[in-house]
Amino acid sequence: MVNIAPWKIVLVLIVCVLGFAYSAPNVAGDGARGWLQENLPSWMPTKTVNLGLDLRGGAHLLYEVEVGVVFKERADMMVQDLRKSLREEKIGYTRIGAIPKGVRVTLRDKEDGEKARKILRTSNNNNLEILTGQDGKTIEGKMNEIAEKDVLDQTISQSIEIVRRRVDELGTTEPSIQRQGENRILLQVPGANAEDLKAIIGKTAKLGFHLVSNTQGGVSGLTLPMLDEPGRVITIERRAIITGDMLETASPSFQQGEAVVSFRLNGVGGRRFCDVTRNNVGKPFAIVLDNEIISAPNIREQICGGQGVISGSFTVQSANELALLLRAGALPAPMEVVEERSVGPSLGADSVEAGKKASLIGLAFILVFMLLAYGLFGFMADVALVVNVALIFAILSGLQATLTLPGIAGIVLTVGMAVDANVLIFERIREELRAGRSPISAIDAGYSRAMATIIDSNLTTLIAAIILFSFGTGPVKGFAVTLGIGIMTSFFTAIMVTRLLVVAWLRKTKPSVVPI
Amino acid sequence: MRGLRLVPEETKVNFIDKRVLAFIVSFIILSGSIITTVKDGLNFGIDFTGGTVIEVRTPEVPDLGALRQELNGLGLGAISIQEFGQPDDLLIRLPEQVGDAESAKERDSCLEHSKAEFCPASAQQVAIEKVRVTLDAKFEGQIDYRRTEFVGPQVGKELKRQGMYAVFFSLLGILAYVWFRFEWQFGVAAIVALAHDAIATVGLFALTQLEFNLSTVAAILMIAGYSINDTVVVFDRLRENLRKYKKMPLPELFNLSVNQMLARTLMTSVTTLLALVALYVFGGEVIRDFVYALIFGIIIGTYSSVFIASPVLLYMNIRRSDVAPKESEPQEA
Repeated sequence: MVNIAPWKIVLVLIVCVLGFAYSAPNVAGDGARGWLQENLPSWMPTKTVNLGLDLRGGAHLLYEVEVGVVFKERADMMVQDLRKSLREEKIGYTRIGAIPKGVRVTLRDKEDGEKARKILRTSNNNNLEILTGQDGKTIEGKMNEIAEKDVLDQTISQSIEIVRRRVDELGTTEPSIQRQGENRILLQVPGANAEDLKAIIGKTAKLGFHLVSNTQGGVSGLTLPMLDEPGRVITIERRAIITGDMLETASPSFQQGEAVVSFRLNGVGGRRFCDVTRNNVGKPFAIVLDNEIISAPNIREQICGGQGVISGSFTVQSANELALLLRAGALPAPMEVVEERSVGPSLGADSVEAGKKASLIGLAFILVFMLLAYGLFGFMADVALVVNVALIFAILSGLQATLTLPGIAGIVLTVGMAVDANVLIFERIREELRAGRSPISAIDAGYSRAMATIIDSNLTTLIAAIILFSFGTGPVKGFAVTLGIGIMTSFFTAIMVTRLLVVAWLRKTKPSVVPI
Repeated sequence: MRGLRLVPEETKVNFIDKRVLAFIVSFIILSGSIITTVKDGLNFGIDFTGGTVIEVRTPEVPDLGALRQELNGLGLGAISIQEFGQPDDLLIRLPEQVGDAESAKERDSCLEHSKAEFCPASAQQVAIEKVRVTLDAKFEGQIDYRRTEFVGPQVGKELKRQGMYAVFFSLLGILAYVWFRFEWQFGVAAIVALAHDAIATVGLFALTQLEFNLSTVAAILMIAGYSINDTVVVFDRLRENLRKYKKMPLPELFNLSVNQMLARTLMTSVTTLLALVALYVFGGEVIRDFVYALIFGIIIGTYSSVFIASPVLLYMNIRRSDVAPKESEPQEA
């Protein structure tokens, strides 16, 4: 017991020093921290604990992407393609239409079945499951699993890309955008206002310039409401002249004192707009955003050069917003909020304050209590406890794990439980002393006999922490993280650090009684 | 200098003799917990039911009655407003919007045949917007939205399932560990004590009607961990004593072990409680219920490890031959 291998002493000291060093940036002033971050390489102690959204304030939004819309679009596209191919091949049909995730056609002549199936197969990269009805005339092509998964993955990754662009435009720092499960996207933005985010993400932002139709209804017409005039509708041509992806850039500006959005088209869009406006001078066209008509101006003259403005009754803010959305591009499918947890900056700051205060007071309680209970040994346990807290913060900073409010509770709880190992050892020492052992042999027995128990009790709590971590979400996960880290560090400090101190004391004083 | 002693040097409390009393007390606690839980049910928070909670801080102390009337006039169902920690801090709960689940279904079927923009958005999101507009107007924009939590019905169901998995798997994990580390009788007794504490905690939530949410599940798991921890420490000593005192009658030996560990059990509980009390008082309103559950759990866990776990083990018919030392462990004379 009295002899600890020198390398162990060195190791314990190194760990303690590293613990204090890597936790130091958390208590350093802003200036000192800035200096550290600028002048030291990143593996050195420069990082601070990463505060969770509940502590720094921010928005946590879980969106569900309505992939069904994309499947429907794909099915419509399949219908159009098939109709065109059948016409080219001169195959007669009586009915054609979309079914969920596919297309169904009824041929006039059974003999054409093989040809039609071949068209379906080749035009969709063999990704269709093709069924023929009993009459031999009805043929269905439906996406197979691979095709479905492709569409799903593509839609989600596209949506993430667009969301990222839109959020970046807001100029917020460190947004985290992740796919969650099959069709969900988790957006976490520290310091952001959830309402602002919802405003720019809730819109699909599908833009289209359409000619106004002169016939009412029909297959090619689409009747849409005017945005600013409730009740008024306009029928437009279904096919758009210009779509949002032909925009090169868009920005808010003013025209005759009114807020407008000016845009520039790319080469293709510019040429097409030039052609269409030349052939339709005097007729109205409609600017459609997400199936609402923003405005329907008349074409006064041919517009070439690819530049223009969209006017409507915009405010400065809404013009800004539209320009942002147009620059970032349209979402492939609408998204809906299915979970929101947002915390304002005031609550976050309050929680940090409360957490700090509670942990310092809790720590002070325990330090005093241990000192009262075990005297000199209590003091040694206290030293170990302080090292423990430093180690927890060092590991949290180093791993860049997220500290949440329940995470702070986890730290306080482990601080309370960390002394358990020392209590076990010290109580055992007391017992061995009562049994008449000499100081050194009692202390030795205290450490070695308590060991198995300490391992058992720590492992059971660690199991609970690990499972909480794997099933928990958000703040609860933060609790599991600090609890788990705390258990591991306390195991080290309560045993190794106090042992070092006790041995140093034994060597120095060679006591005949143990003050415990 | 002698340190503070929470219990006298060598206690000789006859815990085993008091087992009948302890079983009666526990029987009352457990049956009470189960009856209350079944009868009153748990006050599930929005994590599990879906719904919305908005915490706001108003510029001056508001007239709750008037505010209640105004918000309830919006036709969004019964909106509850509660003070949260201080008079100008309010917790506003919106009920799950009528047919929110149906409206989700409606929206799905609507999406089948028309464009998304024509299908109504989630009723809950619309409701949040309405409340915000009303509050903004009433307090002239001076209102501070401290927290908004919205959980959709689908997500609520998923979180509930996840919570149940978490409880199930951690109990399984702890059980497996105790099984591996101890003889099966110990495992059974430890699990009985753990279930005792978990049921009592759930009963507490049914009785007080405190909100039962995700962090409550975390608290229960934490309590389970602590309870096992406490029990295992006593069992470790029991096993040691079974090997050490070959002739001592079992009830006496059980008493000795519990008494030997009593100082440790209480010391650790006290330090943990000190930390938790600091959190309860100073840690803020947001985690108060969570800490409250933990405090209760530590107390009941301490009680069960002393009064329940060991007596149950005594009934498990444990024999000295069951705990014969393995080769690797040092044997005491």
